[in-house]
Amino acid sequence: MSLWTRLTAWLALIFGLTYFLLPLIGMAEFSLKMRRGVYSLDAYAKVLGDPRFQETFTYSVVMALFTIAFGVLLVVPTAYWVRLKMPWARPYVEFVTLLPLVIPAIVIVFGYIRLYNTSSWLPLTGTAMGTNVLLMFGYATLALPYMYRAVDTGLRTIDVATLTEAAQSLGAGWITVLGRVILPNVLVAVLSGAFLTFAIVIGEFTMAALLNRPAFGPYLQVLGANRAYEPAALSVIAFAITWACMGLIQLATHLSKHTKAPR
Amino acid sequence: MSFLTIEHLEKSFGANRVVKDFNLGIEKGEFVSLLGPSGCGKTTVLRMVAGFETPSTGRIAIGGKDVVDLRPNQRNIGMVFQSYALFPNLTVADNIGFGLKVAGKPRAERTARVQEMLKLIGLSELGDRYPFQLSGGQQQRVALARALAPSPHVLLLDEPLSALDAKVRVSLRNEIRAIQKKLGITTIFVTHDQEEALSMSDRIVVMHGGIAEQVGTPFEVYNRPATKFVANFVGMLNTLSAEVIDAATGRVRIGGTEATLRRPLPEGKVMLAARPEMISLGLQPGRDTVLDGTITSVDFFGSVIRLRARVDGSDLAFDMFNTTEEPPPAPGTDVRLSLLASDLLLIGEN
Repeated sequence: MSLWTRLTAWLALIFGLTYFLLPLIGMAEFSLKMRRGVYSLDAYAKVLGDPRFQETFTYSVVMALFTIAFGVLLVVPTAYWVRLKMPWARPYVEFVTLLPLVIPAIVIVFGYIRLYNTSSWLPLTGTAMGTNVLLMFGYATLALPYMYRAVDTGLRTIDVATLTEAAQSLGAGWITVLGRVILPNVLVAVLSGAFLTFAIVIGEFTMAALLNRPAFGPYLQVLGANRAYEPAALSVIAFAITWACMGLIQLATHLSKHTKAPR
Repeated sequence: MSFLTIEHLEKSFGANRVVKDFNLGIEKGEFVSLLGPSGCGKTTVLRMVAGFETPSTGRIAIGGKDVVDLRPNQRNIGMVFQSYALFPNLTVADNIGFGLKVAGKPRAERTARVQEMLKLIGLSELGDRYPFQLSGGQQQRVALARALAPSPHVLLLDEPLSALDAKVRVSLRNEIRAIQKKLGITTIFVTHDQEEALSMSDRIVVMHGGIAEQVGTPFEVYNRPATKFVANFVGMLNTLSAEVIDAATGRVRIGGTEATLRRPLPEGKVMLAARPEMISLGLQPGRDTVLDGTITSVDFFGSVIRLRARVDGSDLAFDMFNTTEEPPPAPGTDVRLSLLASDLLLIGEN
């Protein structure tokens, strides 16, 4: 590799890192400057001590967990069945799962409100619980491209058809095959999808705001409109959560190497 | 009545009929091989017995009970796959115990059976390992133990030795046969390897184009092939063009030599065949037909040497044992070959 090529590579890397890290460093530094003249964690203490933070964060975490559970129940059997019995349908299913990337969340949520308002045949927005369920469906839709791709990639690493037949020949029904054979072998992929879903749900604003639910995203926006240092501290916390999720994906992938057979 | 009965079994994929009017009866404890080239329908028959394919028409009965409408998990059949298909997330012991766990057997019973199976396959020490920590041969033994653990009515083996190297394949096939005999389990073995089929089976079903061309013992299939395909597919075969001189006594002319097969033959020209081991180098007592030829090639296989000689425009392969006293003739050497005319197989009319 010539000196010029190496130099260009390093310059590109430094530019990239500067582009991404400088705003983060600036924000983190700003979040520590609440006390005049010295660095302190006052903004973090204030945010973490705020009952509305605890309330909205807990709400979003619970919603994320339900979304993950619903996403796994929806995506794993679907991706499995498409791979096993309907391989011809894969391009169509992939297209459908990609739609949330091109249809804005605001369009989806207005569609929901129109379809499930109090004067519709299924008035989900009529109750808090109904709206929560609707929001969970919305989150699952937003996370669908990531969850489906993660699970499908996981299924690609195992011989789905033969493992299914082996389990069936040993007396297993479909639920046992899915629960004891397929799911454990794509667990890392499912966890990747789950962590991505978690990160999406924690930071989501549009759907939660328009459905008027007390989620973390809208709280972040309200705080940002009225305070100076606390929103920066919250953003750092949100980034930390996302990075922790990514770290957990890496950890799960690393641990799985001890139990996965090479193909 | 046979323990496993297959009657008028047919399978079509669209317009393609892959299994045509397949009939077979297998006795309890019998080891039957389905032998044939790729695409002959042998695996499809096995998969229909397992329940992974639904027959277009026909009946499959196990122990007198029609199983066609039963799902694979309701048939009590053990199956071993070419690719082992061990569950990567489970240990060897858990893999073997999977069927028992699904059946709801108590833990103590499961543990005892798993230990018994591990002992049977000679891997008692490896129960805690994961499949990826085992060799191919070990994985296939575990797959066999897993299939046998729930005590199935029938064991199906779908080319279980194909993915293994030659030496392991030979030792494992002996092991599989020994275990099958010990347990007395009815077994169907699918293979395209004639040596495996001939060495392991009680009976062989030679399949071609979706039909069973011949069903017989290895001895019958090899020595008395029912069709030209069977004769060509099972074992090496030399073909000899001959002209029938006397159809009643089976007197024929092969090149410049006359021979009597001592059985009726059709009039005109016929195609005869001889296995390499039917042909001897030099004049041998009891061999009534002599052919003159020239050695064209010598292939050394260790204990056996395969030679080819050109006789009347045809290449004849024949074998001789490797001995230090009698080295094989070099290519180009003129030789005399002898055979017993009544051993010749009639494989077609010209």
